[in-house]
Amino acid sequence: MTKKQVMFTFPPELIKEPIIYNLGQQFKIVTNIRRADVNGDKGWVVLELEGEGEDIERGIAWVTGKGVRVDPVGGDIVEG
Amino acid sequence: MSYAIALRCRKCGREYPLEPLNLCDFCFSPLEVSYDYKSVAKAVSREKIAEGPPSMWRYRDLLPVDDDIVDIGTGFTPLVKADNLGQELGLEKLYIKNDCLNPTYSFKDRVVSVAITKAREFGFDTVACASTGNLAASVAAHAAKANIKSYVFVPSDVEPGKLTGIAIYNPVLVTVKGSYDDVNRLCSQLAQRYNWGFININLRPYYAEGSKTLGYEVAEQLGWRTPDCVVAPAASGLLFTRIWKSLDELAMLGLIEPVNTHMYVTQASGSSPIVNAFEAGVHHVHPVKSETIAKSIAIGNPADGYYALSVARQSGGGACAVTDEEIIYGMKLLAQTEGIFAEAVGGVVVGALRKLTASGAIKRDELTVAVITGAGPRTQDIISDIVRPFAIQPSLESFVEVLGV
Repeated sequence: MTKKQVMFTFPPELIKEPIIYNLGQQFKIVTNIRRADVNGDKGWVVLELEGEGEDIERGIAWVTGKGVRVDPVGGDIVEG
Repeated sequence: MSYAIALRCRKCGREYPLEPLNLCDFCFSPLEVSYDYKSVAKAVSREKIAEGPPSMWRYRDLLPVDDDIVDIGTGFTPLVKADNLGQELGLEKLYIKNDCLNPTYSFKDRVVSVAITKAREFGFDTVACASTGNLAASVAAHAAKANIKSYVFVPSDVEPGKLTGIAIYNPVLVTVKGSYDDVNRLCSQLAQRYNWGFININLRPYYAEGSKTLGYEVAEQLGWRTPDCVVAPAASGLLFTRIWKSLDELAMLGLIEPVNTHMYVTQASGSSPIVNAFEAGVHHVHPVKSETIAKSIAIGNPADGYYALSVARQSGGGACAVTDEEIIYGMKLLAQTEGIFAEAVGGVVVGALRKLTASGAIKRDELTVAVITGAGPRTQDIISDIVRPFAIQPSLESFVEVLGV
C-alpha cells in the first residue's frame, strides 16, 4: 500500500460534483481529508490518498482529466 | 550547539524533533525551526555579531546548525545607496541589497549553505534538488565543498548556458524530459524512494532559515535599524517570509527597535498566485500555470504562499506584479542607473518598485530596500536584442564616419 499527500483545487463548475467520493469508489483509494476550504466559486482540499500505487496514479489521472488541478502539498519542488 | 529546539508546524503548532522532515503529519502544513530565544538573547549582542566573519555566518547563533559549517564565502553582500535609481523613481532613500555577489551569483547560497551543513550533520552522503538554474548551481557548488555526492534534476528545456554553470561543479546532472509538472512529480517520487538529503523537501525547514541572514544584514548595514519598506520577489514565498522573520527576531532579542517595516511582495504577472490572492482579498493562494521570462521565480504552487500573503498584509505592505515588458525595462533601468546587472527577477523588483512609487504606495522619503536576488549573466538570452554595436574599420576615418563624433 502507498500513501500520497496532495492538494486538489476545484474550478467552479466542479464544486457540486462528488469527485472525492467517486475517486474512492472507482479506484479503491482511501481518502483522508486534512484541510479544506470550499465555497460557491472555488475550493481546495488537502488530503491523503492510500491504496495501491498504480490505483493512486490512475485515480489522479482521472481527477486531473475531470478538470481538477492536483498539486503536491509541500508546494512545487522545482525551484529557480 | 545551536539554540534550535524543535520543528514546529506553522499551522497547528505541533512540535517535532529536529530531523529531516518538512511537513506536519496531521495537517500537512510546513514545519519551521523554533529556538530557545531566551538563551539566544543572552548569547548575542551587536558587538559579538560585529566581531564575527564578514559572511552570513556572523549570525550563526540564529541558525540551526551544530557542527562544522559548509561555507563557500556567502553573504554580507553590499547594501548600496542607489541615488541614481532613486532619483529616476522619486525616492530619496533607496538602497539595493545586492545578492548577485554571492559565490554562485544568487541568494540561494544562503539557504543551501545551511541545508548542506545540516545534510552532513544528519549523515546523508548524497544531496539532491530540482531546479531551473540558481538552486542547482548552489547545491552542486556546496556539495563539492562538502565532498558529498549531489544529484541535480533539471527540466530538459533549460537553456544550455545554465547547464554549464551547474556542470562545472561536477554534480550528477540529470535533464528530465517532460513538463515542469512532470519534473515535480518525479522528484516527489525520488524523495520517497531514496534516502537523500533533498534540499527543498526533507531539508526545507533548515534551508529556509538561511534566508534570514539577508534580513539580519540589511538591519546591521543600516546601523541596526529596519527599513520603512522592503520590496522583495517571491517564488515559493520563502525568502519574503524569512526577511520578515529575521527583523522580528532582531527586535525580539532587543538588537533593534520594534519593527515597523512595510513588506511588498513582487511577482511576474505570468506567475503571480500570491499577488492575485492579495488583490482578490482572499486568504488562500490558488495555484496557477506559470508563463514568464522570470523563470527563476516561476512557481505556480508556492509552498509558503499563504505565509507570504499574511506578511504583506500584516506589515501594512502590499503586492505588485509586472509584465515581461516591465521586467526587461526594470533590468535595463537597474543596470543603466546603478551598474548592477541582475537577472530577470531583479527586473521584477525594479519594475514593481517603479509602480509602487508612482501609485504613492511607497512615499518619497521612506527608507526603502529593494532586494536583488540573482545576477544577470545566467539569463542574458532574454535581452540579447540590446547588443547593437557600431561596426567600424580599424581607422580614425571609419570611426568618425560611422559614429559622427
